[in-house]
Amino acid sequence: MKPVVVLVSVDSNSVLKGAREYKNLLIDLVEEYNLSSVVDVLETGSFGVYLDGVLLEVLPDGIYYLVKSSSDVREIVEEHLLKGRRVFKLEVPPEKVRAGVVEKIEVPQETRVVLRNAGVIDPTNIKEYIARDGYAALAKALTEMKPVDVIEEMKKSGLRGRGGAGFPTGLKWEFTFKVDADQKYVLCNADEGEPGTFKDRLIMEGDPHSVLEGMAIAAYAVGANKGYIYIRGEYYESVRNIRKAIEDAYEYGLLGDNIMGTDFSFHVSVRLGAGAYICGEETALMESIEGKAGRPRLKPPYPPVSGLFGKPTVINNVETFANVAPIILNGADWFRSMGTESSPGTKVFTLVGNVVNRGLVEVPMGTTVRELIYVFGGGVEGGRKLKMVQTGGTAGTFIGTDKLDTPLDYDSFTKYGVSIGSGVILVIDERHCAVDIAKNVLGFFAHESCGKCSPCREGTRVALQTFDRLSKGLAKKEDIEYLWTLADVMQQASLCGLGQSVPVPMKSLLQNFADEMEAHLKKECPTGVCKFVKEKPRRPVLR
Amino acid sequence: MDVAQIEKTVKEIYEQVKSESLEEGDVLINTLHRIQDHFGNFIPPEAAETLAELMDLPLSKIYEVLTFYTMFSTRPRGKYVIRVCESTPCHVTGGKAVVEALKETLGIDFNQTTEDGLFTLEFSSCLGLCGVAPVMMINDMAYGNLTPERVKAIIEELRGGEAE
Repeated sequence: MKPVVVLVSVDSNSVLKGAREYKNLLIDLVEEYNLSSVVDVLETGSFGVYLDGVLLEVLPDGIYYLVKSSSDVREIVEEHLLKGRRVFKLEVPPEKVRAGVVEKIEVPQETRVVLRNAGVIDPTNIKEYIARDGYAALAKALTEMKPVDVIEEMKKSGLRGRGGAGFPTGLKWEFTFKVDADQKYVLCNADEGEPGTFKDRLIMEGDPHSVLEGMAIAAYAVGANKGYIYIRGEYYESVRNIRKAIEDAYEYGLLGDNIMGTDFSFHVSVRLGAGAYICGEETALMESIEGKAGRPRLKPPYPPVSGLFGKPTVINNVETFANVAPIILNGADWFRSMGTESSPGTKVFTLVGNVVNRGLVEVPMGTTVRELIYVFGGGVEGGRKLKMVQTGGTAGTFIGTDKLDTPLDYDSFTKYGVSIGSGVILVIDERHCAVDIAKNVLGFFAHESCGKCSPCREGTRVALQTFDRLSKGLAKKEDIEYLWTLADVMQQASLCGLGQSVPVPMKSLLQNFADEMEAHLKKECPTGVCKFVKEKPRRPVLR
Repeated sequence: MDVAQIEKTVKEIYEQVKSESLEEGDVLINTLHRIQDHFGNFIPPEAAETLAELMDLPLSKIYEVLTFYTMFSTRPRGKYVIRVCESTPCHVTGGKAVVEALKETLGIDFNQTTEDGLFTLEFSSCLGLCGVAPVMMINDMAYGNLTPERVKAIIEELRGGEAE
């Protein structure tokens, strides 16, 4: 490696701000000034928080620069790289980028387990992953542990599924392990579609091998030798990086037959989604891999008994798999030292909507909504007032400002009515109307309902129509009451998690923003978003 | 299009996908993706028929899958397929105005193609780029931090590039 390294974050969000162009310009300028022998310009994954530009890090100095134009890039090359003078006006204090670097205890800190390599390594270079203990956990599992030991360690760690449901991972593996079958599968659910969520995308883009290693360890533990990663069809960059990682892992003997000279074999293949939110539901995802329309199956039987092609199957989310190697390497006690009693470890949150710093942040479980928005997110954009926050994704809860101090983990929904879901913190400011938001959310579900069961198919449609009437001032009090009944029916009678969870945002909006709902009955929209229809006076029908 | 040529192409694609598969049953969606990529944004009926024969499946089964997934199309689409997101994170950051601007600039509604065959406008659920919302994708290129003005500029630029 050359003495000076400039890391450019080229995750999908940064690329849209010109990261690739800035990187190419950097390379050109480094050449122009004859610095090629001392300066390396490398790509890396996401640094985390998105400021209004592209982040660069100059090593070994550890200085972060935020560039917004090509003249900024030029200045960094001419001043810092050429003359060794820091460009203070473009500098970003490290605590804004990596909260973990700050030495103040009272401020909640970012703790990176899942994102340990994102923004640090070149994700397309397997050597860089290996250099940072990559595949050491797989080696440890294969040579020092029996499958039951791996499962025991996972159970002890208390890791719960990061896709949103929070099912204990170790238990899932144990169920699958205990079923006798000639063939078992390990699936990685990378069909990330929950609006506001892009953590899996950035894990796959920034550290694809961490997912593969987790899958391989799972396969060893449960006795599977084949696996699939089902990635959203729209995630072109993730697909590219994962495919490259698989190719390299095969070449290094870390996937394929007789891994690391043992008799354990594991083959992985990528499958693409084709634009269906419902395929994030585990059984719908299996149907899709099997070449069918992605409609969920009736459960039970659950995947550990009868999953893909009717065989016992472990299916975990991308973030869950990325947690596996560190747990095996550092032990369950280490993992339990972070987070809360019932939900150990960290969680990757995505901060989206009307927040100053949009992006992702990894913090211990139990971090409050307020800390996420104000410490990491920098508060509400434009100095506006916070109106509501949707936590956990579109299937998550809407809360008002009174619940900001809720610590988030997998029990916060039952305890406080605030869901963690897939880790979305959607900040919504005072300009937005609760009824309009409800329409948007129901519009999403009505579009994505697969149509297999009527409570979901009809329920989402009727709820959308009702909120639409409310937004036009055409609804009556009974309509709102009916929405509650409808929500109960959907919750109890829907076939899968999609229909069952639509009532979560619905009820939380109806409950936490009841005044605003009622105002619409009187044709009043406090925010002025809704345009009310004047009821035409009825004319007698002419015969 | 020449039917014999389509049959030959579909057969090649199918064999290729099959050679990369882990299990016999896992090929349909991947095959459809590649057929669509090959024929440019849609799956011709002849290709679907050929595939049904090759896989020994009823044609209705192929169409059930085809029409279930929003990324597949049974009709020819424009050279540029625009997928614009209006999920809540985009909605609260100005997504609605972006959608309106797209419709106005293109002069079409969702699921329509412009008369010159250049653009097809589609609605998409969250594209997972909420860090730079509102967002759209044009084919495999993503565009973030959109405003009505930027949308117009992007479309005009593509149009201009075509006119040259």
